Amino acid sequence: MSDIPTHDAEEAAASRRHLFSRIVIYGILIVFSLIYIVPLTVVVMNTFRDNIDVARNGLLAFPRSFTLEGWSAAWSTYCLNGRCEGMSANFWNSVYMTIPATIISTLLGALNGYILSKWKFWGSEMIFTILLFGVFMPGQIALMPWAYILGTSGLNQTLWGLIMVHVIQGISFTTLFCRNFYVNIPDDLIKAARIDGAGFWRIFWKIILPLSPPILIVTVIWQFTGIWNEFLYGVVLTTGKTQPVTAAVVAFAAQEQNVKEYNIISGGVLIAALPPLLVYFFGGKYFVRGLTQGAIK
Amino acid sequence: MTDSSKIAARNSPVIHATDVWERMRELLPFWLVLPSLIASFLYTFGFSGWTFYLSLSDSAQLPSYDFVGLKAYYKLWASKRWNIAYSNLFFFSGFYVLGTMAVGLLLAILIDQKVKAESFFRTIFLYPLAVSFVVTGAIWSWLYNPTAGIEFLVRGLGWESFSFALTSSRQYAIWAIILTGIWQASGFAMALFLAGLRSVDQDLVKAAQIDGAGPLRTYVKVILPTIAPIFIAVAVIMVQFAIKTFDLVVSLTRGGPGISTTFPANYVYDLTFQRGQIAEGSAAAIMMLAALTVVLVPYALYLTWRKHRERQSV
Repeated sequence: MSDIPTHDAEEAAASRRHLFSRIVIYGILIVFSLIYIVPLTVVVMNTFRDNIDVARNGLLAFPRSFTLEGWSAAWSTYCLNGRCEGMSANFWNSVYMTIPATIISTLLGALNGYILSKWKFWGSEMIFTILLFGVFMPGQIALMPWAYILGTSGLNQTLWGLIMVHVIQGISFTTLFCRNFYVNIPDDLIKAARIDGAGFWRIFWKIILPLSPPILIVTVIWQFTGIWNEFLYGVVLTTGKTQPVTAAVVAFAAQEQNVKEYNIISGGVLIAALPPLLVYFFGGKYFVRGLTQGAIK
Repeated sequence: MTDSSKIAARNSPVIHATDVWERMRELLPFWLVLPSLIASFLYTFGFSGWTFYLSLSDSAQLPSYDFVGLKAYYKLWASKRWNIAYSNLFFFSGFYVLGTMAVGLLLAILIDQKVKAESFFRTIFLYPLAVSFVVTGAIWSWLYNPTAGIEFLVRGLGWESFSFALTSSRQYAIWAIILTGIWQASGFAMALFLAGLRSVDQDLVKAAQIDGAGPLRTYVKVILPTIAPIFIAVAVIMVQFAIKTFDLVVSLTRGGPGISTTFPANYVYDLTFQRGQIAEGSAAAIMMLAALTVVLVPYALYLTWRKHRERQSV
């Protein structure tokens, strides 16, 4: 541009326009950032405030008191339905449920995706379509059957039951993600390996898995946050001490009391939100990158 | 094994153990997919069929398999609460999907203007996706709380007559759910739109600019039409979120005030597990599936059509 002579006034007007548009762009982005970040900040601050402070200054205020009671009570001593153990047990339930369910469903998805993209056989497209239906199933349709099956097999009130439910529900997503990613791996690579004598498993271990990290990160984050945050199955298929942490949060917040202990509820809310938030903050970058590489098409 | 020897092995009248082993090995991919297939098939078709049958039965506290026809559906549609729930679903879905897409697209376009600190903004906009509906609902129910939240704050700043009590109004409580839903999901829409914007052929954009199109015209005429498939995908994903909305309502308004923010998902849960009316609860679940089908069947047809057209153009 600079080597084309222009009038100074025109140039000044253009740069003013540019500056103006920059201000508008950043202005809108900053306003939205505040809308997104304020709610979380409010809850974090409220965990440290005592009840008198909240009652006097409202929920949206900077702390004028400091206590760690919110966290410790939410974790281990807060009373719920006559049990004064906080939500630590529910938190660990979620951990023991989410980790195995995430790993199993991701591995199955990778294997299914590999087969349905690289070892097609008669009917494999049909199988993929059937698996896809699971993505769209509303959980409410499956509630009664799950409750019945887990009830009669003795798996209700256990984490095994919830793990099974989440794995079966998750297979559809993980298979879809992995298959769409593996489709883009050139078939020639597989053919060359087969000519060299590599079999099904060898190709999987030596070619497919080393290329998989981008999609496995997407799948793991999707499954981890999805299973951790799931509420419906947790509240229907388990009760009290065997419930995952999301169900405990709702029970916490719904507690009708004369004085709501906002610091404790805030602590509970954050305890429940923290693991997926951490996963997201450490892996979010890869999540977005993986999505753009074809997880969703 | 060469092809000819394979054929020979198949045609030989005596089946050797090694042949069976070979055949099994050839079918290995199928055997490995089979458990997932069976589980998924039972989960989707088996469970839907089961629930459908329950909806035609006289199940009450416990599942029963005495067929009574459409009785539960008549009862369902005669219920005022269900009618409110079903119309809430459409009202919510409409504004939630449009709002999420509008905000998501706006943020994606702004971020695409070569802004500094792009990843900072992206991280902030996307984090609500990692937070559960339950947590989101709990947090926002405090912000909407007139005696401690936003209304209290603004009045404290000196605007005494300020009123912002969405969740305690029968008429406006659903807007609290819509706004919170948009807050949670718009970052996800932004990420998908941004991925789309980044995939647009830059030569096309440059050609438009050389032709003298301004930024707005370039977007409306060139960039947005090329990412039309992403609009449809985002809309379908959002409609799905909307139809399954349960947790958000439970933790934000608990269906209230009164029954004003009841959703089909909440109705299913209440009837099936709280009130012991399994048949009617199942009928409600089937109606949810019907709503989903109305959206998904056209989408599936569209995808097939697109695939077909792509194949033809190749």
